[in-house]
Parts: sequence; structure tokens; C-alpha cells
Amino acid sequence: MSALVVAPVVIPLVTMLVGVMLRPYHQHVKVVSVIGAILLLLVGIRLVVLADQDVVLAAQLGGWEAPYGISVVIDRLSAAMVAITGVIGLATILYGMVREGNPDVQRNFHVFVHGLLAGVCGAFITADVFNLYVWFEVLLIGSFALLALGGGKRRLAGTMTYLVLNLLATLVFLLSAGLIYSSTGTLNMGELGLIFRGGEAPPAASLAVVMMLLSFAIKAALFPVFGWLPASYHVAWTPVSALFAGLLTKVGVYAMIRLVTLMWPEYGVVHEVLLWVACATMLVGVLGAAAQNEIRRILSFHIVSQVGYMILGLALASPLAIAGAVFYLIHHIVVKANLFLIAGIAARLTGSERLKAMGGLYAKTPWLAILFAIPALSLAGIPPLSGFWAKFVLVKASLADGFWWAAGIALLTGIFTLLSMSKIWNETFLKAHPRGEQAIRDDGGLRWGWWSVTGLAALTVLIGLGAGPVMDYAVAAAGQLAEPVTYFEAITHPGGR
Amino acid sequence: MEWLAALTVGGLAGIGMWLLLDRNLVRVVLGIAILGNAINLGVLTSGRFAGSDAAFVTATTVPPDPANPLPQALVLTAIVIGFGLFTFALAVLKSVRESHGITTTDRVTEVTEEAAPDVEEVGLQVHQDDADMHHEAEAPR
Repeated sequence: MSALVVAPVVIPLVTMLVGVMLRPYHQHVKVVSVIGAILLLLVGIRLVVLADQDVVLAAQLGGWEAPYGISVVIDRLSAAMVAITGVIGLATILYGMVREGNPDVQRNFHVFVHGLLAGVCGAFITADVFNLYVWFEVLLIGSFALLALGGGKRRLAGTMTYLVLNLLATLVFLLSAGLIYSSTGTLNMGELGLIFRGGEAPPAASLAVVMMLLSFAIKAALFPVFGWLPASYHVAWTPVSALFAGLLTKVGVYAMIRLVTLMWPEYGVVHEVLLWVACATMLVGVLGAAAQNEIRRILSFHIVSQVGYMILGLALASPLAIAGAVFYLIHHIVVKANLFLIAGIAARLTGSERLKAMGGLYAKTPWLAILFAIPALSLAGIPPLSGFWAKFVLVKASLADGFWWAAGIALLTGIFTLLSMSKIWNETFLKAHPRGEQAIRDDGGLRWGWWSVTGLAALTVLIGLGAGPVMDYAVAAAGQLAEPVTYFEAITHPGGR
Repeated sequence: MEWLAALTVGGLAGIGMWLLLDRNLVRVVLGIAILGNAINLGVLTSGRFAGSDAAFVTATTVPPDPANPLPQALVLTAIVIGFGLFTFALAVLKSVRESHGITTTDRVTEVTEEAAPDVEEVGLQVHQDDADMHHEAEAPR
């Protein structure tokens, strides 16, 4: 049992190390990398199955009892996030299996992706604030290396922007972890939750947690601190930007959901601020996208606006809204990563990612057009795809709490999203290619990439059609977030496990 | 002692922020490093400087005046991570500066805002024939 708790971190770490050891053998590294990703996905599925039976896995690392040691807790939300990380990791790695290009860079891609996955999974399962900081750093180092992969003027400049602003966010995180320790004497999330819920938190501790939320807001790209995201995501290699788009901002969102539900289960001042921030994020992101004319830059701005929806769910704080946020998180990761991958294939076939220089794909490859339509319509919230249910629940929760204006902004953002998606559709698929049909390549050299995008699109349809069970899972996850018994158990019965 | 450390943290953080706001990329990266060190010292201070002995606790003995070992462990971790990141930042800074001559923050933003190059590289490498094809097809506007 305890091996399963740490498996989400151990598998990518071991895969990465084996990859480093097999450095000269490029083909072997690729095989190991795919096996590692499949194992991670299987562990994720196993965790979800266990979590669905209301099993909450928990462990105290190294035999040190909480709150002195580092606790690891995998509840429903963590399990779902680990599983979805496995899905996106596998899709990205398959997409990255190309024959052409510099083989050394290709191998490094596989090694770094697993480093990043280890950091992401670690952040999802830890129950210790400082440990969370360490995992953030691990994923950050992986992401720096991946973003710079391949080099080039544009990419290095983007890495510089990304590097400085993310380092700043992490430093703010470290400082607030120090301040939390200095004011409460603990770093264990469960004990912090007990202190805050019991109303014994000194003002300095509340301030420190708010400061920590600020650093998560930078990571999650919330208004007004989202500037780094549209400035850097579009310069990376396609699978890298898909991985970032799917997972990285969502780690920030996950950390916010975890801390806010743990410390402040009732609607309060923090929630009110988050509500305004969420609405501003939705609107500013979607309006920013309208001004762009490159496919990945449009999609980057949409990440910002979509994160707003999840924070809206968190800010409303009702059980239904939290469930909506969890559902949105799961749906969004799949859809967004898929859109970036499809954008990569479309750019490869048409020879550009500027909308002006693209076109003619509907006539040439109708299959790609269908594959694009599924996540694009899902992102905008068209029934019966996954995005519809996610938005439906959030709008319903806002109306139930009397925040009709928040519901209005959420719906308005949906319309603008649809506009943006139809812009990409018209320019990339319907319009004739500016240089004639012969300019479109037959094969982008992405054999595995097609499997990735098809699989992710199928998953989107599946979540949409099977929304009932997924929503039940999300509602139960929200219930666990409201009453995180396992988090408190380790504190109240030390050594009881 | 804590007040002295707190003042030092404040001073260092101020210097770090001031450097961060500069246009010169070298100063920005140095600012990150100084701010990082200020925060490391802050984390160490958060455990208070009560004890003076190293906290080597055995099953039978506890030193008479042990210092709080937890912030020391935290700050050691943070120093190691911070050092690695600073090195990486310097490496990126060096290649940005040497290969492209970019030295200011404005220029970095400008370069990332440039229109996307033609041909999405599949394997992170533009093929010669592809590149030629597009140069012919699309004259610079």
C-alpha cells in the first residue's frame, strides 16, 4: 500500500534516471520513457479506482510522525490529478516521438519531461507546505530546460521572461512558507488546517497564507499577474507547450484549491477577492485572445481565461461550486493540451502558425478538422461535450449563491471563446491555403502525434457523454475537500497509522 | 539577534527588488539572486535564534541548549535549489547575450512578440529543403 502512495513520484524519477544512464542509446531512452509514462498512467488509474471506493491513502515519509515529518495524502482530487498527469504525459511523449531532428535534443526532451512529471505529481500528493515548495522547484527546473530546448532567439528570449517571473513567484512562496512556520510553528497542511479552522491562527499566519496564494496566483496565471504566460508559451516546441498548457498552471490552481478549502471552508474575505479576480481573469484572458493572430498565442490567452472558471468555482465555496471547479480542472487539462497538439499538427501541415499563412485543411484532412472541432467546441462549452457540463455546474452554482453577474461573465466568456475558436476554424480549416492546395504537406512526420490527439479527443467525448459518473466523483472530491478527515487524522492520532 | 537579521533581510530584499526593476538583464538576474538570499535568511530567522548548540539528539542525550534544526534543514534545501536555478539563469543569460546580443528586458519582450517563423519544426530542427521552399514562396513583407 505504501509503495503505491509514492509511486506517482518514484516512477517518473526512476524513468528520468534510467534515461540519463542510457544517454548514448537514443532509441532505448524513448522506449523507457514511453514505458514510464504508461506505468504512471496505470498508477493514476489505480489511485482513482481506490479513491472512488473512498480509500484515502496516506503515509508519513521516513517514519517521522506528523507534524514533524513530511506527510503524503492522496484523496480523490490528488488521485484524479495524478491520473490526468499520466494521460497528458503519455500524449506528450508520444507526440514527441519523431524521427527527424537532432537526436540528442529529442532524448533530452524525454528525460526532462519525466523530471517535470515527477515535480507535478509530487505537488499533487504532498501534504506539507515546504515539501510543496520543493516539488514546485523540481517542476520549475524541468520546465526551464524544456522551454529552452532547441534554442533559437525567440525561444531563449521567452525562457528569460518565464524564468525571471517564475523564480520571483517561487521566492514569494518560500518567504511565505518561512512566515507561516514563524507564526504557527508548523508546516504540515493538516495541522495548519486545524489551526485556521479552529480560529486560532494569528493575523501574521493569515497574511502569510494570503501571500502564498499570491505566488500560486502567479503560477496559475490569474489577473493581474498572468503576463508571463502569453509571453512565453507560444515559443516552445509544440509538445512542450502542450504539456505546459495542460499541467503547469493547473498545479497552481490545485495548490490554491487545496489551501483555500483547507484553511477557509466558509465563504469569506479571501473568497470575495478571488471572485473578482476570477471574473477579471476570464474576461481579460478572452479579450486578449481576440487580439492575437497566431494559433498558439490565441490558445495561450485562452488558458488564462479558462483558469478564471476554476477559480470562480473555488471562490463561490459552495459544495456544488467546488465540484464544478474539480470537474473543470479535469476537463480543461485534456482539452487544452489537445488543442495545442492539434495546433502543432496544423502548423506542420500548412507550414506556419500564423493564421494568415494557414488554411485549406478542411478540404485536405477532414479528420484533423473533426479532431479540432471536438476540443474547440468543448472549450467553448457546447453540449454534449465535457466543457458544457463544467460550465453548466459553475453557472448553476453562481446563480444559486445569487452571484448573477459572475454567471453572466462566465457565459459571456463562453461566447467570446466560441468566437475565437471559429476564428481559428475559419482561417485554418475553411479558408483556402494562401499558396494553393499543393503547399499543404501530406504528412507532417508525426505518426504518433495523430494517436495522441485522437486519444485525447476520445477522452473529451467520453467525459462529455459520461458526465454523470465524473460529476459524482467530483462532488465526492468536493466533499472530501470540505471535510479533509485524513489530513487531520495524522495530527490528532500521531503514530496511529 | 532576530532584529538584526530582520533588518538585514529587509535591506537585502530592498536591494534585490531595486535590481529586479532594472532594464538591464544582468541586474535583473543578480536581483533574483540577492532577493533569494534575503529570503533564505528570512526563513532561517523564522525559527528564532534561541539555542547555541547544534541539535545532535541521540536516544539518551539532548544538548543543553539546542538550536532549532528545522529552519536549518529548510534553508539548506532552499540554498541548494536556489544555487541550481541561479546557475541555470546565468547560463540562459549568457546564451541570450552572446548569441543574440539581447541585454535589456524591453528587447526580450520585443523578440518574443515577433511573428512566428514559418515551418513548425517537427524535431526541433528546420530542414534545409523546407526552409528553402518557404523562402521562395513568401517574400519578406
